[in-house]
Amino acid sequence: MKELLRRLTEAYGPSGHEDEVRDLVRQEVKGLADALTVSPMGSLHAVVNPQGKTKVMVAAHMDEIGLVVSHIDPAGFARFQMIGGLNPQTLVGHRARFANGIRAVIGIEDQEDWTKRATLADLYLDFGVSRAADCPVRVGDIGSFDRPFVGIGPRLIAKAMDDRAGVAVAIETMRRLRRTPHQVQFAFTVQEEVGLRGARTSAFGLNPDIGIALDVTRTGDTPKGPKMAVELGKGPAIKVKDSNLLSDPRLVDLMVRRAEAARVPYQLEVLQAGTTDASVIQLTRAGVPSGCISIPCRYVHTPSEMVDLADVEGAVKLLSAILSRPMDLGRPA
Amino acid sequence: MPAPAARPTRAHLRLLQDLTEAIGVSGAEGPVRAIVRKQVEPHADTVKVDALGNLLVNRRGAGRVRLRVMVSAHMDEVGMMVVSVSSEGLLKFEAVGSIDDRQLLGKPVWVGADRLPGFIGAKPIHLMSDDETEQTVKVESMSIDIGSGSKTAAEAKVKPGDRATFATRFRRLGPSVMAKALDDRLGVATLIELVQNPPDGIELLAAFTVQEEVGLRGARAAAFSLDPQAALALDCTPANDLPSWDGEENIAYNTRLGNGPAIYAADGRSLAHPGLLEHFIHTAESQGLAFQIRQPGGGATDAGVIHVARSGIPSLSLSTPARYPHSAAGIASLSDWRDTARLAHAALSTLTERTLRRS
Repeated sequence: MKELLRRLTEAYGPSGHEDEVRDLVRQEVKGLADALTVSPMGSLHAVVNPQGKTKVMVAAHMDEIGLVVSHIDPAGFARFQMIGGLNPQTLVGHRARFANGIRAVIGIEDQEDWTKRATLADLYLDFGVSRAADCPVRVGDIGSFDRPFVGIGPRLIAKAMDDRAGVAVAIETMRRLRRTPHQVQFAFTVQEEVGLRGARTSAFGLNPDIGIALDVTRTGDTPKGPKMAVELGKGPAIKVKDSNLLSDPRLVDLMVRRAEAARVPYQLEVLQAGTTDASVIQLTRAGVPSGCISIPCRYVHTPSEMVDLADVEGAVKLLSAILSRPMDLGRPA
Repeated sequence: MPAPAARPTRAHLRLLQDLTEAIGVSGAEGPVRAIVRKQVEPHADTVKVDALGNLLVNRRGAGRVRLRVMVSAHMDEVGMMVVSVSSEGLLKFEAVGSIDDRQLLGKPVWVGADRLPGFIGAKPIHLMSDDETEQTVKVESMSIDIGSGSKTAAEAKVKPGDRATFATRFRRLGPSVMAKALDDRLGVATLIELVQNPPDGIELLAAFTVQEEVGLRGARAAAFSLDPQAALALDCTPANDLPSWDGEENIAYNTRLGNGPAIYAADGRSLAHPGLLEHFIHTAESQGLAFQIRQPGGGATDAGVIHVARSGIPSLSLSTPARYPHSAAGIASLSDWRDTARLAHAALSTLTERTLRRS
């Protein structure tokens, strides 16, 4: 699992450019799915047990936050805009990486002033060149961040844990799931970070009866952190609510019952700012009962996102427990 | 079919004049739709108007059809809507679509289907205090004066809900044109030309859309019903290419006038399909057509909703740049517009399913 996470998080995959991650996932799940297709948007659909009556869509997004070049000045420095939500404070001194392996340092104007709060307009990319003609990127090129994966005991740190941790949970669940009464539609989605776009189109195409997203969530366990009852290492979080989603209460109850029966430690999550693929799956076509299993993660949307291996393992156990038995939600509460 | 002409013809300019002088504020695009219908009907295989008012046209190009491609251009423009008539017979109004309040004051307008002339009046400078000259007047405090003199007289001609727009006549300025509503009548004119002279090998699904300026509403419904294999949004994007007021290097120009059509890599609502992006860039380079990559950032075109319709539709946006959009007048370069038509035509003529494939 740790090795899988290393490979997934070190892969390059900003929104809209998920090809490398998709190839990795395809290698991992080949032989585990009955059907493997790519949607027009680029999401990878791996369907298990297509004869199953109830269709359960399990979505994890392959894309990560990144940046896009907006201007190249005569000295070869490039300005950029965000792909997804970035806090400029976390970027100064970091390194960017582009599709063809090109690297750059992120610099800040007026760098002797250490008291300044960085805004995006202050930042630039330095490709180590001195003139525009030598700049190896062009306006419109998309990049992501460059950081190696590290493990500190049970804590794993990498860029793009959001949402390669969810991708890893989906892959590992496919591996361990021996039997399911459902048609399980694993959807490795694209463009989540820029507006949940891949999940919306995948959900339309797959037309599921139930939707479950796998994603990371914030925690409240750091110094002066947000008031939030989710901690690293206390198990996967069963989402009750976020900015755009009220999880179907019947699905929340079912997840809680399965977690207890399988003796998987879990937490309940109420996220104040942010959302996941589940919020658009829920509103697809005539509506799809949806929920989300979250992996607690510190420093979300920075180049050093931290998760606890036990929470990732717990999410696999919980998802396997949910999928291996019938999921009759009954009537709406 | 032959490539579109590199230089604007008289017919081109007459069409641009008719289109930009028509009133088509979001939700009331009828006058623009009538012009478009007249232009496309003799050439179209089918023409229909859907429930929202989108004009949807099918036109098969010569040869075997490889792909069904939706090309959209929005008929609506930003403008004003009358909300009430004051006791003095002045028209209170609000903006439809995004308009900077500062662009409204002191502008002549046309009100309603009968194009009643009016004026958004301001206090004369003779009577202003120093403080007042420093203030920005908000749209809530503005009125359109149609010179009617009384509430009863005004109400006989205008009712709440009537649209109004800037009273700007089309002008040619050497290599450029100046007009209102270049956003997106330039795109509408380009799309009319594609219907009249369709690219080979595709079934062109031309969508002249409504209500783009208030939230990409028409295109959403059009994409659902047309269900195309690929889509191109033709729009008009700001050229903010003048020097900065403080002499600093302008690094947020969006596009530059005269540098060719703007191909989108990323905007606020969509990321270009990588295959389509490469195909359009390659086409421009191999045909020797000018082009620029629009600076990535905010903003949106119809592609923002088309690409997420149904199971997803590979999409790209292509704009003709114009200075001062969403105001009384914009200025666009005729060569940028001609190159937009030429690039769209050339790229669509050679588009294949291969371009759309994902690894």
